[in-house]
Amino acid sequence: MSYIRLVNVTKRFGDVTAVNNLNLEIGKGECFSMLGPSGCGKTTTLRMVSGFEDLSDGEVWVGDRLLSSPKKHHYVPPENRNFGMVFQAFAVWPHMSVYENVAFPLRIRKLPKAEIEQRTTDALRSTNLLQAAEDSPDSLSGGGKQRVALARALAINPDVMLLDEPLSSLDPHLREEMRFEIKDLQRKYGFSIIYVTHDQSEAMALSDRILVMKAGVVQQIDTPLNVYNRPTNRFVFSFIGLSNFMDAVRKDGKLYIKGDSRPLPDSLKPQEALNGEETISLASRPSEIEFTGASDPSGVQGLVTRKAFLGEIVDYQIKIGDQTLRVQLGRRDAAHDTDEVCHLRFLRPSWYGLGE
Amino acid sequence: MSAIKKDSGFGVAHIILFFSIAILVIVVAVPVLLILFNAFFVNGHFNSRDFYNVLMQPETYAALKNSLIIASCTTIGSTIIGTFFAWLVTRTDLPYKGFMKGVFLVPFMLPSFIGALAWKMLLSPNAGFINKFLMSTFHLTEPVFNIYNYFGISMVEVMYLFPFVFIQVCGALERMDPTLEESARISGAGLLTITRKITIPLVMPSILSGALLIMLYSMAHFGTVAVLGVENGIYNIPTLIYERIHQSGGSFEAIRTGTVLATVLVVSAAVIIWAQHKILGKGHYQIIGGKSFRPMELKLRGLRYPLLAFCIFYIAFTIVLPTVVIFLVGGLKTYGLAFTLENLSLDNYKYILTEYTVTKDAIFNSISLGLAAAVITMFAGVMISYVIVKMKVRGKGILEFLGMLPFSVPGSVIALGVILAWSGQFGINLYNTVWIILVAYIARYMAFSLKSNSAALEQVHDSLMEASRSCGATMWQSLKDIVIPLVRPGMLASFFLIFLPALRELTVSIMLYSPTTRTIGVAIYTLNEDGETVMSAALAGIALIIIVTGQTIINRITKKVGE
Repeated sequence: MSYIRLVNVTKRFGDVTAVNNLNLEIGKGECFSMLGPSGCGKTTTLRMVSGFEDLSDGEVWVGDRLLSSPKKHHYVPPENRNFGMVFQAFAVWPHMSVYENVAFPLRIRKLPKAEIEQRTTDALRSTNLLQAAEDSPDSLSGGGKQRVALARALAINPDVMLLDEPLSSLDPHLREEMRFEIKDLQRKYGFSIIYVTHDQSEAMALSDRILVMKAGVVQQIDTPLNVYNRPTNRFVFSFIGLSNFMDAVRKDGKLYIKGDSRPLPDSLKPQEALNGEETISLASRPSEIEFTGASDPSGVQGLVTRKAFLGEIVDYQIKIGDQTLRVQLGRRDAAHDTDEVCHLRFLRPSWYGLGE
Repeated sequence: MSAIKKDSGFGVAHIILFFSIAILVIVVAVPVLLILFNAFFVNGHFNSRDFYNVLMQPETYAALKNSLIIASCTTIGSTIIGTFFAWLVTRTDLPYKGFMKGVFLVPFMLPSFIGALAWKMLLSPNAGFINKFLMSTFHLTEPVFNIYNYFGISMVEVMYLFPFVFIQVCGALERMDPTLEESARISGAGLLTITRKITIPLVMPSILSGALLIMLYSMAHFGTVAVLGVENGIYNIPTLIYERIHQSGGSFEAIRTGTVLATVLVVSAAVIIWAQHKILGKGHYQIIGGKSFRPMELKLRGLRYPLLAFCIFYIAFTIVLPTVVIFLVGGLKTYGLAFTLENLSLDNYKYILTEYTVTKDAIFNSISLGLAAAVITMFAGVMISYVIVKMKVRGKGILEFLGMLPFSVPGSVIALGVILAWSGQFGINLYNTVWIILVAYIARYMAFSLKSNSAALEQVHDSLMEASRSCGATMWQSLKDIVIPLVRPGMLASFFLIFLPALRELTVSIMLYSPTTRTIGVAIYTLNEDGETVMSAALAGIALIIIVTGQTIINRITKKVGE
């Protein structure tokens, strides 16, 4: 059941198209993340949903309510959209107490006094801020300030919660903790989340679905698992998780890693769609490669050029032809040392054309 | 091997500290102490009753009252205008915002006493051009406007002082994290509610701090009141001090009145500075945000062009009109003639630049005084700021206290103080020489230099100096090769921050000049007092050209340095 709908949404700043023809449906109570490098249009998209940025083209719907449509000259200003929103820089008001910050949206709505008190207290309790209610937000840590921002967004009991990199100003330890707090709050209140981040592990941990974006164009929309395991293109593969790319060339019907004299085994076969291309890319994840014996027919020979012991895992740099790749193995599987010849087996190889 | 040498930096550090303290003591502290001493001690005995009596004399009491009234009106007017224009150019979709912002800073360049002269020519009840025009057009017997009153004086001061608030509020609004306002908006608040409940409270510290700056300036401001008030018997504190000292030629009574009034100025300045620190310290919110989107703009819709027209009219009325009048009057053969082509020529300008000794000397004096004061104060400022910001030596506390002094000592107080200190009582008599003006300028502009140099030094992290020391450089070498190159933009800024205002200085020079040591400001003022209105206007015109040219060059340079 789609609840939030973006139809052909486009945003142009002068000659630059920041978001190009985006179509999106997000369900009620779903946690949906937008992921991408900076400048990819994810924040612009969120700001179009919130109403801070107007659309160049397309429509934004929530339920059966049309929020923005330049064609129909329809625009609901942010203050009337009834969303909760949390910003990266906290944006809590330093001249009001924690309590006043959280009560602000309720006072704006001119709710009865008793209800304001009730809902503010509830929101503060949900975010463990009850003790700090009368403090100035400036006396709180980064995590505390972000809790105030969350409580303020919760107070109006929104149907949609917009989170704009809410955790990137926090230190890593706190980030993980807050991540689960947000998830718990969602379970309790049942709002939909649109979450913008450039941190893939954050997106993976929180989301029901992830959208990967590049230069204003959607690359993939899928569950975290599928985005990781079945990236639709080279960009998504490289953006999610660690990745290796080695160029391979065709010669006499066989495939060679660039600069290597031994052909690749038949088990490493690209999909037929790539048959017409001279040079293609073998993509692999460092954790999905293992050492094998010299006799293994699916093995590829390489030379260990660097070995780094990282505790639980050992990180290898291996040279095949003139290409290098990273391999990460558990401590017990680390059988080779620097300058030794080794044989590698690719557990989940993917092939991409260079143009992608 | 010898043991580690203890306190290897002892000599150098303490020499620097000693010099820094000495400079501030001689230049600022001694004059202020002499004023306090002369105000409270009669014949070597403490006498607070006499202090009170002087304050209660009708003229002194009136001057105090006038200073307060004019400063209050000016502050309120400037704060409203400055905040409004700042909001207009940062938070609305006014057309040509960037350009208008630059234009609103122009009044900073114009000396307010030259503005006052222009307004006197325009609005004085009998001879003012606007009054004469209205009277002849509508056959009136009475002039329409009278500028010789509190309202006129405050109005002129507002015109040239409001940028203090404007610049502070613009800065605060531009730096403010837009998400602070956006989160109020998503909470359901409309733009007016946000302005009232979020934006204004958050920039309130900047508004107040700009307002206090104007209060401080206006209380101690000489020029406008001297031009517009004195004629009608309106004296404020600085004009009364000048009047007394000037008329009596430095009699004991005059000095006493002067020191008592100066004490009042020092105390009120101290209170204002204290209040400003308090406001900035307590209310200095961290409102600077991370990633920045354009802040929301209020759509003015139908009001866009009317408001733009209003801004342009305001600028035309307060900047263009007075400037044009100054140049036109400067071109007249005699004051009072109509502005027709046969009455106008460049002869006056040629005359004052090439033949008239008074103005030629004045220009030479101002430029050499400005250069000397700027160079000396710049280097002294670097040294003192360095001790305050960077060095860890005992006795630094004294310097920190002394370093605050220049900020709270108004110009007329400094002038009176250097008269007391350098008129021979202590073996050195600089009175009636150009040197006493130089000493006063150094004291007056030390605050500027300290401010921009300590700001620059705070940017230089200690580790840079430590890295240089660990590479084997001595303290002097590190200063020369590391610190000075890094703070050069700050030094350059302080040089110009001193040189340009010094060119048009009036408050201090008017108390200290002798017939051969007139500065540009003094020459403009005295020529006007002597009825040489045309010459005065011509010199003012030339001063404006020098100032505007200088400012343009600075903007170029600082832009380049900034890149």
